[in-house]
Amino acid sequence: MKDNYQKIVDENTPKEDTINNAIIAFITGGIMGVIGNFLIDFYETYLLIPNKEATVCMLITLIFISCLLTSLGFFDKWVNFCKCGLIIPITGFAHATQSAALEYRKEGLVTGIGANMLKLSGAVIIYGIIGSFVFSLIRTLVGLV
Amino acid sequence: MIYLNAFIFCGLVCALGQIILDKTNLTPGHITVMFVVIGTFLDVFNIYDKIVLWAGGGALVPITSFGHMLTHGAIQGYNEGGILGLFNGTLNLTSAGISAAIIFSFFFSLVFEPKD
Repeated sequence: MKDNYQKIVDENTPKEDTINNAIIAFITGGIMGVIGNFLIDFYETYLLIPNKEATVCMLITLIFISCLLTSLGFFDKWVNFCKCGLIIPITGFAHATQSAALEYRKEGLVTGIGANMLKLSGAVIIYGIIGSFVFSLIRTLVGLV
Repeated sequence: MIYLNAFIFCGLVCALGQIILDKTNLTPGHITVMFVVIGTFLDVFNIYDKIVLWAGGGALVPITSFGHMLTHGAIQGYNEGGILGLFNGTLNLTSAGISAAIIFSFFFSLVFEPKD
């Protein structure tokens, strides 16, 4: 009886097609990379912004676009389709921040948006800072020896 | 040529994340945190700077570049101001991204209604 139940469960769980998903993530992620490089080139050649600032402008542009598309409601469908192709690029960070802000909007400005905006993306900031502190400390200590 | 490199590098990082997501029980949050920490580590021996030279914008778009810039800022701060600079400089290069995400999210969430 128990074996039978497990069999039925296995048959009916939707199978995630790993290879298919990986190819979709590869293509969409690659397109994001090309867009990023294109924006840097565009800012450098046509707006004559130096390379370092052009990088920052590119990141801000991508964050702006993904925040806007998330608020308009398109981005959730795209993330469901592309998954990591849009989560790993900086757009995923902006998407997490924006969707948390929209979701908790009705709970008020301070207890809603203020307290919950970084609910999902805060982990990235916290572990990024911890990691960079530990690793740069190690590097400075190695440099001293 | 750099566009092809950008496509390959950014695509490979995303595909790797997707494979880890499918094969394990980790959530997308775990994946992004993992890649940020990988990025902070890769900057220690200037590996990521070489990748940026090779892939251009393709290496700056994934979340690993966020970690790379955090460590980069911390080391730059240390070189300028010693141990205090380590605390001072950490967010120097990434502050634009974090501020932009917070500012745009705040104003868009005031203007738009959540759509379900």
